[in-house]
Amino acid sequence: MPLPQPAEEAQPFFEALRERRLVVQRCSNCGALAHPPRAMCAVCQSTTFTWQELSGRGVVHSYVVTHQAVHPAFAGHTPLATVEVQMEEGPRLVSNLLDVPPEEVCIGLAVEVVFEEVGREDGESVILPFFQRARGAA
Amino acid sequence: MSSFRNSVAIAGVGETDYSRESGRTELALALQAIQAALADAGIEPQEVDGLMKWWVDTSVEADVAANLGIRDLAWWGEINQAGNVGAALVAHAAAAIHAGLANVVVIYRGVNGRSGRRYGRGDVTGQRGHGGGAFTEPYGLLTPQHGLAMTTRRRMFETGITSKHFGAQAVAQRVHANRNPRATFHARPLTLEEHQASRLIVDPFHLFDCCLETDGGGALVLTSAERAKELAGGRPVALIRAAAQAGPGRGGTIGRNAKRLFEQAGIARSDVDVIQIYDHFCPFVLFALEDYGFVEEAGALAAEGGTLWDSGRLPVNTSGGHLSEAYMQGMNHLIEATRQVRGESTAQVPDVALSFCDTGIGTGSLLLERGES
Repeated sequence: MPLPQPAEEAQPFFEALRERRLVVQRCSNCGALAHPPRAMCAVCQSTTFTWQELSGRGVVHSYVVTHQAVHPAFAGHTPLATVEVQMEEGPRLVSNLLDVPPEEVCIGLAVEVVFEEVGREDGESVILPFFQRARGAA
Repeated sequence: MSSFRNSVAIAGVGETDYSRESGRTELALALQAIQAALADAGIEPQEVDGLMKWWVDTSVEADVAANLGIRDLAWWGEINQAGNVGAALVAHAAAAIHAGLANVVVIYRGVNGRSGRRYGRGDVTGQRGHGGGAFTEPYGLLTPQHGLAMTTRRRMFETGITSKHFGAQAVAQRVHANRNPRATFHARPLTLEEHQASRLIVDPFHLFDCCLETDGGGALVLTSAERAKELAGGRPVALIRAAAQAGPGRGGTIGRNAKRLFEQAGIARSDVDVIQIYDHFCPFVLFALEDYGFVEEAGALAAEGGTLWDSGRLPVNTSGGHLSEAYMQGMNHLIEATRQVRGESTAQVPDVALSFCDTGIGTGSLLLERGES
């Protein structure tokens, strides 16, 4: 799969991932959360931001399962479930579930974040957020 | 508010043959389609003074103008986004003609969508991990169908609409294509069972929920209603009653677009006689029928045959559409909407006075009205 080539405003999201922290952009002026990150707050037009760490807990909002390798990157990876996770704090993240087979994915499934290192072609690696079934720790 | 209501017409439509391998350049396809549309209108190429294209098209206006022998190109443009800008191009061109910036505007496209750059493979839309793709592509959200399948799954969950409903609409469009000699699937009937048994591409999309990939071209010729009536010589004229766009904003795109379109037109949904809706993926036809306010439960409508050209109470995608005629990113829907109002469709609905066309989940919509010449 293509690895992230983040724009400048998205860099802090990926920098936090190196420390295995999941953060989203928070407007310094009005407190609105935005994901993916923006250059300007769409609520109050502020351009200063902080980064809020998320609990890592969410539920599956929707999902798809790729059966046909409609892009060269899918070769050897189908069927592949891609999920949209609604985080407790509001933002939605696209990801994969590491411990749930495609046929068992369902809307409403409680999940939690898990960080995985993914190798790049140039030998470098990047840490990305994936999800697994919530372990039930309330 | 000044409106161009019925002051501008689509005076000519034309297309090339549709194939999987055209053997021609995209410029050659565009020029061939333009020639056909100008011949249909009865206007000489030299007289064209405005050109508009899809942003994704590779044939720029300077090359088209040079090849057509245009004497004085006065106005041109394109609209950003993907394949979904067809009706928006009509709106811009109609506004330009209404404002006196141009007299004859040609909207064109020519695309090797199967033998060349394939939308369905992410060739055109993939971001290689850049932009918003940094957050989606590493997980396999790589092509247009992925994001749209995600939306579809959620809507199935929320409303109870099913894959069989989608299949019923796909079958209706195949019936229309079977009447249309230009259609890729002209000679290939489809049953609901075949739809359901067709392989999953990106679940919940089966193969027959997905549009074709097509090489071909299409063109529209717009000019003043007055001129179009002179040229028509007794035939009906396709007047542009209203055209609207909706981009990013608060609330659903289609809802905002529909409000603008029907207010501009001053008519009710129930006045519309025939409907074309952008069908990159079949579920979005049914979602749009609901979101534009034509019907409350589009799945039930399709399941009872309500979208068929002859027996349906709301005929939809009467050329076969992107699923079964060709994937011309809205151009073939605009052509079909025009033919319906002129009484020239291969699945002609009787006595069409108002013809509706959506060219992409509410980003653009168009209402054509039959005028007499």
